[in-house]
Amino acid sequence: MNSAEYTFHGGIRPVEHKEDSNTTPIEMAPIPPMLVLPLQQHIGSAAQACVNTGEYVYKGQLIAQAADANGANVHASSSGHVVAIEPRLIAHPSGMQDTCVVIETDGLDAAIDASGYPNWQNLDRTELCNIVRWSGIVGLGGAGFPTDRKLNAKNIKTLVINGTECEPYITADDLCMRERAEAIIRGCEILKHIVGADSVIVGIEDNKPEAIESMGKAMPSSPDWKLVTFPTKYPSGGEKQLIEILTGRQVPRGGLPADIGIVCQNVGTALAVKEAIEDGKPLISRITTFTGQALSRRGNLEVRLGTPVSYLLDYMGYTEQKVPRLIMGGPMMGFILPDAGVPIVKTTNCILAPDSAELPLPKPAQPCIRCGFCAEACPATLLPQQLFWHSKSGNSDQLEKHALSDCIECGVCSYVCPSSIPLVQYFRAAKHEIRTHRAQQLQAEKALERFEARQQRLEREALEREATRAARKAAAKAKAEESSRFADEADPVQAAIERAKAKKARLIQQNQPGAQQNAETALQNLKAKLASQQSSLQQAEVDGKGDKIITALHASVSRLEQQIAESNTEASSQDAEK
Amino acid sequence: MHTSSPHLSAANPVQHLMRQVLLALIPGLIALIHFFGPGVMANLFAACGFAVLCEALVLKLRGYNLHFFLSDYSALVTGALLAVSIPPYSPWWMIFIGVFFSIVVAKHLFGGLGQNPFNPAMVGYVVLLISFPVYMTHWTAPSELASTPSLLNSLASLWSHDNYDGTTMATPLDLMKQNEGQMLTFLYANNPQFGSYAGLGWEWVNLGFLAGGLWMLQQKLFTWHGPVGMLATLGILSALFYDGGSSASGGSPLFHWLSGATMLGAFFIITDPASGATSNLGRLIFGAMVGALVYCIRVWGNYPDAVAFAVLLLNFCAPFIDYYTIPKPYGTEDSKS
Repeated sequence: MNSAEYTFHGGIRPVEHKEDSNTTPIEMAPIPPMLVLPLQQHIGSAAQACVNTGEYVYKGQLIAQAADANGANVHASSSGHVVAIEPRLIAHPSGMQDTCVVIETDGLDAAIDASGYPNWQNLDRTELCNIVRWSGIVGLGGAGFPTDRKLNAKNIKTLVINGTECEPYITADDLCMRERAEAIIRGCEILKHIVGADSVIVGIEDNKPEAIESMGKAMPSSPDWKLVTFPTKYPSGGEKQLIEILTGRQVPRGGLPADIGIVCQNVGTALAVKEAIEDGKPLISRITTFTGQALSRRGNLEVRLGTPVSYLLDYMGYTEQKVPRLIMGGPMMGFILPDAGVPIVKTTNCILAPDSAELPLPKPAQPCIRCGFCAEACPATLLPQQLFWHSKSGNSDQLEKHALSDCIECGVCSYVCPSSIPLVQYFRAAKHEIRTHRAQQLQAEKALERFEARQQRLEREALEREATRAARKAAAKAKAEESSRFADEADPVQAAIERAKAKKARLIQQNQPGAQQNAETALQNLKAKLASQQSSLQQAEVDGKGDKIITALHASVSRLEQQIAESNTEASSQDAEK
Repeated sequence: MHTSSPHLSAANPVQHLMRQVLLALIPGLIALIHFFGPGVMANLFAACGFAVLCEALVLKLRGYNLHFFLSDYSALVTGALLAVSIPPYSPWWMIFIGVFFSIVVAKHLFGGLGQNPFNPAMVGYVVLLISFPVYMTHWTAPSELASTPSLLNSLASLWSHDNYDGTTMATPLDLMKQNEGQMLTFLYANNPQFGSYAGLGWEWVNLGFLAGGLWMLQQKLFTWHGPVGMLATLGILSALFYDGGSSASGGSPLFHWLSGATMLGAFFIITDPASGATSNLGRLIFGAMVGALVYCIRVWGNYPDAVAFAVLLLNFCAPFIDYYTIPKPYGTEDSKS
């Protein structure tokens, strides 16, 4: 066991309240009558349901499939009938609804047949990644990024295992490490194998001596494996902060830990990976801390995903408060639940039910006196006092200059603010505004592009039209000139009279005996005309003339063909009469 | 009720910070009263009373909640800082004008608490210094050298200032400035206003403010950057131009540290976060520039002391300093061991 040599800028030491919930062992929560499994339980995209209403599902059965690489599979966490696939209130601060698979449990908890790969060493990286992906595993410590995506990183030297759990009140990882250290270490070994890391560093805050002891015992005694402890300070569990504490290196701005050869995974995630690979158990339950003075029993429960919070609150002896506030997550980064009916999801590490003395409501904000306490505490070395100033005035240039996007929303600035300004709320709003603005800008740029392309096309077409018109004009002019040349040679009126005479003569001929011969001549004429029309149709097709012309020529060709056919039958019927 | 994270707060509220500043003034105040008589108490009562009055008036005009904003103690701090800056036994109307400019003009006309680009107390002080140079440049003699009135008489002096005109003397900073041709040792020996290192009494007043300042530093009311920047620059410059205590000497580092408003400025004035630079590097630069200006004006300028001018000039520069001293966010420099 080593002590960390490094630390990070700022941070705070709030009252821990860990002993409220870490004195009892992890307890298995009962099966609720109804399970509500949201199709989206993490950042990324929603999964697509692959069961139907009325279908019987077994525990561990896949009920929703990830739609893309950013999605994660969802499995039934107990057996029963799917009674609905419909929008339900989900665990989101806005109180929004999202599609959920609702299972009425039958209490049998019948599981599908599953077998794992105890000899996972024989499987290659891609196969193991696929199992992790199939099992729907996401980061259980924070935002819930799909784990397999992190494991796909290349050139990884170090696997960092995060057992920090720096938020006050939460003890889920603490208890998990105390009781399931062996399994966690097995998970770490699998993770190490998958990412191809040379070494593993397990980082634990020094306020968890029992967890440190059991993890130390379970760890292989090899120079590649290190257990590092460090002083309790919030937010040392932040991925970037932890990496700095353990390695003294900073993840480059805008980059990922993989850029410096590090992959960071939470202890709970390591456990889930072990269960998925060795036991064939997908992610259908997790350890969640239930704490706060509004509960008569406080401790950690292993809960089935999809269990309504209200069901578990009753189980833990919840007393309704005057100003009811239920927080999902810790007091620093958690959010207030819109309703106790929402289900436990993959990222739910804590349900905090405080009474009003424990977590008093925020005081009204006073003006910012620019004391700079926030800048002293900021783990991202930002200047929250300046960010506050600029987010109030909506100055997005200055917000960018002051690196608003680097804010990890850990909440230490608001925590230390003597004027009780909800700084994080301002920063979230400003970030959102910038995002919206950027999206609008992108849209406007695209619209401009489209508009310009259309303008160009219209201009080009106008030019083409102009060119054809000019060509036609020139042709007409040439024709006119030609006909006027003929006019010099013969009297047009005389010519017309002659044509009329010839026609009359033809008609007389047709109606007179010997029409047979005439009919044959007409047929010949028709055939000649057909040949010429056909050739001009071919020419038109080759020249790529307009559709209209081609259709007209087609029509005339078929008309001529019909006429020829009619003449032929006429001729043959006349023959028959004879 | 719907609130955003974090749901936890352990902040020292603004009123608590302001009370701490007031408490930190006590050692300096005791020294002032001990060496210059209770006149400073009369200043203090009058200035604080006027400050709260002005603050309440403006808050009412601005339609703000009186109780909520008055209870932040910020007006009292401004009043107290102005009170210890001006000479004891000043007439009430002068104090009122100073407070009016501090609270109404420098603070509220610019937007109120936290929005003032200039240090309110120093604005009030400079307005008085420029408008009433005769009153403002005559500091009471130390009580060892002249008889000082009782507290009651001091309070009475608010209305009948002229009674105590005779008890004023040139301050050590005046003497140092006007020194022509005397070695420092002779200057110290020839003038009873000097003590062992700096002015008689002034040494203790400054040490008192230093003690209060160090306590605030220990309480983490501000970072060390501003005060260290100012005192270091002042010390370095006075050491450079000490000239072995010759007649051309500008005075020793100790003389400058312990004279006039040095410690009051270093710990109570330039640490005003609203009008100063905001990043640590910025505060260091801000303090250093104040220290340099204080020395320059004291030794080569027209005024014997210069903290107020130096601070106001640097208040102008604070946004500029801020612009160039934005700290690099996490991840911009590789490992920092």
